[in-house]
Amino acid sequence: MKIPRRSSLPFRFAFYACLLAPAVLHPAPHSLLHRPAPTFTRNDLSGKLVDLRAFRGQVVLLNFWATWCGPCRLELPRFAAWQTQYGPRGLQILAVSMDDDPAPVRALVRQLNLDFPVVMGDQPLGTLYGGVLGLPQTFLIGRDGTVRARLKGEADLQSLESRVRRLLAEPRP
Amino acid sequence: MVFVLLAAFVLAPQARAQFSGAVSPASAYSIPQPQLIQPDALSRLLRAPAAARPLVLQVGSRIFFSQAHIPGSIYAGPGSQPAGLQLLESSVASSPKDRLIILYCGCCPWNRCPNVGPAYHRLRDLGFTHVKVLYLASNFGDDWVAKGYPVEEPQ
Repeated sequence: MKIPRRSSLPFRFAFYACLLAPAVLHPAPHSLLHRPAPTFTRNDLSGKLVDLRAFRGQVVLLNFWATWCGPCRLELPRFAAWQTQYGPRGLQILAVSMDDDPAPVRALVRQLNLDFPVVMGDQPLGTLYGGVLGLPQTFLIGRDGTVRARLKGEADLQSLESRVRRLLAEPRP
Repeated sequence: MVFVLLAAFVLAPQARAQFSGAVSPASAYSIPQPQLIQPDALSRLLRAPAAARPLVLQVGSRIFFSQAHIPGSIYAGPGSQPAGLQLLESSVASSPKDRLIILYCGCCPWNRCPNVGPAYHRLRDLGFTHVKVLYLASNFGDDWVAKGYPVEEPQ
């Protein structure tokens, strides 16, 4: 991973550009894209039942994350801001922690003052969404309940926000 | 261009540390290059006779492990957490110090993985002399599962 000290400027530029390369929008796995988002119910950290079906008619940003995941921790405050800003227009952020233990999750949720449901993930939920084997991962679910996109890795938040706004502009089914 | 380079330098402390030589042991970059093993090389090792196979330990999330893992690998706890390192120690307690041990995680892009660096250094501190770490550039899903390397999944 070391780059030679005498590397040319263009080489160094390319190296850092690669490091900074944001996640690209990947089509969801064939089995999910433009298909109904797999439904699930889980209790959130306060014990309240969260049912994905209850958000039908809203745009759902479903984010898989963990407390030990650096890029995830960068995204969460923006998602919290979007919940406040776009919630009245129909955006619902739903976060699934892939931590093994809820204690650090509770602490971080308090610290970041996250005002959206956070549930603990598990193997069946990861498998349901095509295998969540890298973090962060974000799914965009349209008002019609279908999966519109899957983002792997740290999101380009500007691009993601534009995408959310476009989905919010779609009519309710 | 100047701005981009400046921003890159500010936002990539691990890469910057790489230049200065002051890499945090928590960083995957702290693992010496010769101690990395590529997926293709590991998949070949997995096909070796049982006695010659390495001990493969997953040092990331249990939820990831239960979704899919390398056949024969053992969950050894997240290397970024004290409880994970304790589990790692107990996982290797009965192994000879010269046994080939392969660690892997793949929770996050390599430059963001918090687990492999501490796990690698803990085993070295314990005296294990043949420790290698599987290099997964993006994550386990993209660099191992999606590329068709062998995987054990829940039934």
